[in-house]
Amino acid sequence: MLTRFFLMGLDKKAGVLLTVLAVLAVAVPVMALGTAPDSPWHLSTHTVALLGKYLCFALLALSLDLVWGFVGILSLGHAAFFTLGGYAMGMYLMRQIGSRGMYGNADLPDFMVFLNWTELPWYWHGFDQFWFAAIMVMLVPGLLAFAFGWFAFRSRVTGVYLSIITQALTFALMLAFFRNDMGFGGNNGLTDFKEILGFDIQAASTRVGLFVATVAALAVGYILASAVVASKLGKVLIAVRDAESRVRFLGYETDRYKLFAWTLSACMAGVAGALYVPQVGIINPSEFSPASSIEAVIWVAVGGRGTLAGPVLGAVLVNFGKSYFTAALPELWLFALGGLFVLVTLFLPKGILGLAAQLRDRLPARATVSAKPADQKGV
Amino acid sequence: MSTEDTLLYLDGVSVSFDGFRALNRLSLVIEPGEMRAIIGPNGAGKTTMMDVITGKTRPDTGTILFEGRTDLTSLREPAIANLGIGRKFQRPTVFEMHTVWDNLELSLKAPRRPLKTLTYSATREDRARIEEILDITRLSPRRDRPAGSLSHGEKQWLEIGMLLAQDPKLLLVDEPVAGMTDAETEQTAHLLKDIAGKHSVIVVEHDMVFVRELGVKVTVLHEGSVLAEGSLDTVSANKQVIDVYLGR
Ligand SMILES: Nc1ncnc2c1ncn2[C@@H]1O[C@H](COP(=O)(O)OP(=O)(O)OP(=O)(O)O)[C@@H](O)[C@H]1O
Ligand SMILES: [Mg+2]
Repeated sequence: MLTRFFLMGLDKKAGVLLTVLAVLAVAVPVMALGTAPDSPWHLSTHTVALLGKYLCFALLALSLDLVWGFVGILSLGHAAFFTLGGYAMGMYLMRQIGSRGMYGNADLPDFMVFLNWTELPWYWHGFDQFWFAAIMVMLVPGLLAFAFGWFAFRSRVTGVYLSIITQALTFALMLAFFRNDMGFGGNNGLTDFKEILGFDIQAASTRVGLFVATVAALAVGYILASAVVASKLGKVLIAVRDAESRVRFLGYETDRYKLFAWTLSACMAGVAGALYVPQVGIINPSEFSPASSIEAVIWVAVGGRGTLAGPVLGAVLVNFGKSYFTAALPELWLFALGGLFVLVTLFLPKGILGLAAQLRDRLPARATVSAKPADQKGV
Repeated sequence: MSTEDTLLYLDGVSVSFDGFRALNRLSLVIEPGEMRAIIGPNGAGKTTMMDVITGKTRPDTGTILFEGRTDLTSLREPAIANLGIGRKFQRPTVFEMHTVWDNLELSLKAPRRPLKTLTYSATREDRARIEEILDITRLSPRRDRPAGSLSHGEKQWLEIGMLLAQDPKLLLVDEPVAGMTDAETEQTAHLLKDIAGKHSVIVVEHDMVFVRELGVKVTVLHEGSVLAEGSLDTVSANKQVIDVYLGR
């Protein structure tokens, strides 16, 4: 029954994506650990971490597509859920430092000693346990999303207004986390991690392990999202996207459907953030910045909104481009990103994957309807 | 007849939009199993009446009771729909990106809660029922087409099919034959008459040929209240009704 549920969403696209992920899960460890450092096949620890980072962004893009592509909620604050997941993991990693910090205080992270705090704040308790942090990684973003969605969807805030308040949410969190007295390390954030689950966080083998964990998380996230989208619930979500009030007259409480997708999406984003932090070695409030959320929207748009696989591709491609640009022509990156967004919006409303589908459909000259989601018509 | 025996009971219902009275102390009673035709000039408040019954618009004053006991004025749209009130919109509104089949499956009477729909899979009866509705609405050959690719008339039929799938106690049907050919109009009249045996139906329509075809009691709305009620012949002979339709 459960297997059937998870398998039902898997199509050809999913097959390709999951195969690529499986290959990565084998090839990257072999190339990073099984080759000599001077071999042309060798992957440096740095590259492994970089690839891992791209895949974390891919998971974030996937979670965003679930709400934007399938429910029509354009979240301009999804980085908030990602970053909260990241902080939850960061807190665990901070507690693993123990007495190896600069001040050698076994009970308090360095920044707290620096602030002359004598006691661990209540909300840091439990984070020395991995299982606890792992739950918080999903629970904190999930609860925030649930509370936010509960009020927003019940009061029928939609469209641009909803987008703006999601942006306000992440902005407010950024300002809050910048404050030292919040107890999350202020603008320096959390960093100087030493160990995860007892493994040296800098070691090549640990990096490979984190990469494989990220691949696995992305695969699970993809299978889950596909199953949700292919279910009848997914069909209701699409109907809500295209004509919400019509769905209400069929007897569906659309608020609850939106809340379900929104909360699930936030949990996925939280997991992405949690995997991101040990691989980049730092989490700070700038991750909450509105620009981070907007970048995620661009990945989804470039890859193809409402396709699940497209956003994964979009996130990897755009970030690959970003790594290249910021090294070669740093001052041009923002222009390139902006230009890309304009081009995609104007010429590829369904992104790269949509273009591929269009080309495929055009060949056998089949009649197709506009691939663009229908606008909400006044019902 | 007492209130308890009615299926739908409207009493003194008024709605204003920025001071403009779209419904003016409207009173109307529909009995179980009854089919009623509502006519009236443009802007008479016919669609607004359906809006207040289905929870889209809250009346300023007045009582609306379903099955003589449930007060509809305090409920939200999904709750009203789940009581057994289905609606076809004046402008056909189907889920354009979904196939005809999926449109029907989404409408089909079944649990509406998210966790139920997440694990739903169509039973053999569900499929049979959808097949049946596809036959009735002559959309069988179109079943796998996106609803957005249907013609205007086909969308009207699909929306009627969605109503059938919902299997409500009361169907509110707003201008079902707008944009249909004469032959299609006649078929629609037959279809609605079939439905009326098992359900109560309120049909709003401008097409007098169609209303005559239905052969049921007619209510004439004008400026948000009932102007006349009776058989089509009676109301067409009514002096006030003639004045209203001829623009006085
Ligand atoms: N949401 C609204 N806001 C403002 N005015 C409205 C609204 N809905 C309806 N009206 C007005 O109320 C009046 C009644 O409209 P309604 O749509 O109920 O008429 P109708 O009888 O269905 O007409 P038609 O035959 O043209 O469909 C019209 O004058 C309309 O402009
Ligand atoms: Mg109308």
